[in-house]
Amino acid sequence: MAPLLEVQGLSLAFGGVQALDNVSLDVEEGSITAVIGPNGAGKTSLFNTISGFYRPQTGRILLEGTDITHRPPPKRAALGLARTFQNIALFRGMTVLDNIKLGQHVHMKTGLLAAGLYLGWAQREEIALREEIEHDVIDFLEIDHIRNAPVAALPYGLQKRVELARALAMKPRLLLLDEPVAGMNREETEDMARFILDVREERGITVLLVEHDMDVVMDISDHVAVLNFGREIGAGSPAAVRDMPAVIEAYLGHADAEADMPGASGAS
Amino acid sequence: MDFFLEVSLVGLAIGGVYALVAVGYVLVYRTTHVINFAHGNMMMFGAYFYFTFAELLGLHWTISIVLTVIAAAGLGAGIERVALRPLLGRPAISIVMVTVGIASILHGAAQLIWTAGDFFLPPIFPDLPIVIDEMYIPANTGYGFLVALGAIGGFLLLFRFTRSGVAMRATASDQIAATTMGINVPAMFSLTWVYASITAALAGVVVGSITTLNPSMGLIGLSVLAVVILGGMDSVIGAVAAGLIVGWIEALTGFYIGGAFKDVVPFVVLLAILIVRPHGLFGTPEIERL
Repeated sequence: MAPLLEVQGLSLAFGGVQALDNVSLDVEEGSITAVIGPNGAGKTSLFNTISGFYRPQTGRILLEGTDITHRPPPKRAALGLARTFQNIALFRGMTVLDNIKLGQHVHMKTGLLAAGLYLGWAQREEIALREEIEHDVIDFLEIDHIRNAPVAALPYGLQKRVELARALAMKPRLLLLDEPVAGMNREETEDMARFILDVREERGITVLLVEHDMDVVMDISDHVAVLNFGREIGAGSPAAVRDMPAVIEAYLGHADAEADMPGASGAS
Repeated sequence: MDFFLEVSLVGLAIGGVYALVAVGYVLVYRTTHVINFAHGNMMMFGAYFYFTFAELLGLHWTISIVLTVIAAAGLGAGIERVALRPLLGRPAISIVMVTVGIASILHGAAQLIWTAGDFFLPPIFPDLPIVIDEMYIPANTGYGFLVALGAIGGFLLLFRFTRSGVAMRATASDQIAATTMGINVPAMFSLTWVYASITAALAGVVVGSITTLNPSMGLIGLSVLAVVILGGMDSVIGAVAAGLIVGWIEALTGFYIGGAFKDVVPFVVLLAILIVRPHGLFGTPEIERL
């Protein structure tokens, strides 16, 4: 079976800076794939290119065999691509529930005018979607108690969870998580790691994530790709990647150092 | 004392109309971060649309209003599509300058189409003044206030409870996140201009009913800009509150100090408030200070 997401020979330059240099990556359906690398390695550039914010100079991106390289972000959302952001991008000033419902925007069939006027069928559609949200998102992520809270008032870890909830409400085929546990304490990190595993197990959603917390990456990933200076320098199972000399060198600077990274936590 | 109440009521009624004009500025600013200098002239065009349907074509006033709203929506969408969409992603100041140009074009077009003469809008509202406890409020002002209040309320509900309203708020809040959610951000900009144009047209009909109709009517839009700054560029509630405050101060000044000061005192108050709160009464502090 073809991979769910295929990234083929992606190159992206900003002026003289080569952010991505001929990067290829396959994400198998039903897998949790991690992209790691030191700061400035091009991880977020890769994410932004996959989501459609950057146009690559060369290369292709295929989602379920469809070439999405030149589609605008809303079209990609409609094809089943959802993401969260490194710096939380919730709609501040709205409640948790409003934020989550916005995730379903892409699945609303009703036209702008009918929705604007809130005609009968728009209402029925909304009610049906509302029930889905209740079970599949709010109960699933255990955020029932904060549903009516304004997001800006929530602690950081919960904001991250709401952002995940909003992405899940999009019913994605592929979920991109940009540093899902960055800045979280241990308990929040463990919760988030469990939710990511549940998303894959119970919802069958394929996950591609960027993360610096090596404990989490090594624990939950099936496949790890390592970037450095815009190039892929290694890929494989977590155990295999951990022992690759090129990977150790990228993190520590020289190959003969003790391989305590990336095996220890907080390698950023 | 009775005079004070009566003058206050008239002032607040006019303030309601200011508020309706101000809300149009806020709608555009919130979503696109552009101060629309053409708003006053879009309002003037709305009044002329109504004049065309009701007076020149002799249609019933209800039909004329509906047609005016449709024409205004078309005007807003057209301006956005032709003049502003190509500038998407450009610095806000470039787009602001384009709106100044659009203002001139609309002003010139109105003179060409409807000539520069003064007209009276056919009356919509009943002639008799509204009497509350022996206080007289001129009919046009009073009913105009009710129309303004209804329109603002309607748009607030639209924003609060409809999907397109929520999508517009999401776009205003975070464009990157909105586009990731599958929201068509350019379409939301378009819708914003349509809504703003409709509020402008309704305000134009009300203002045109209170005063006379001529191509310079759009200048009111510029003095309402002061109201918007007072309320805070991005706050609908602020626009309403500031509209009422400015209308009230104007009326009191006109009555107690003299008509010549009517246009000055509100601006003095505006300056004083901006010294204390540079972002307006209800505005978000990180907004550009004006």
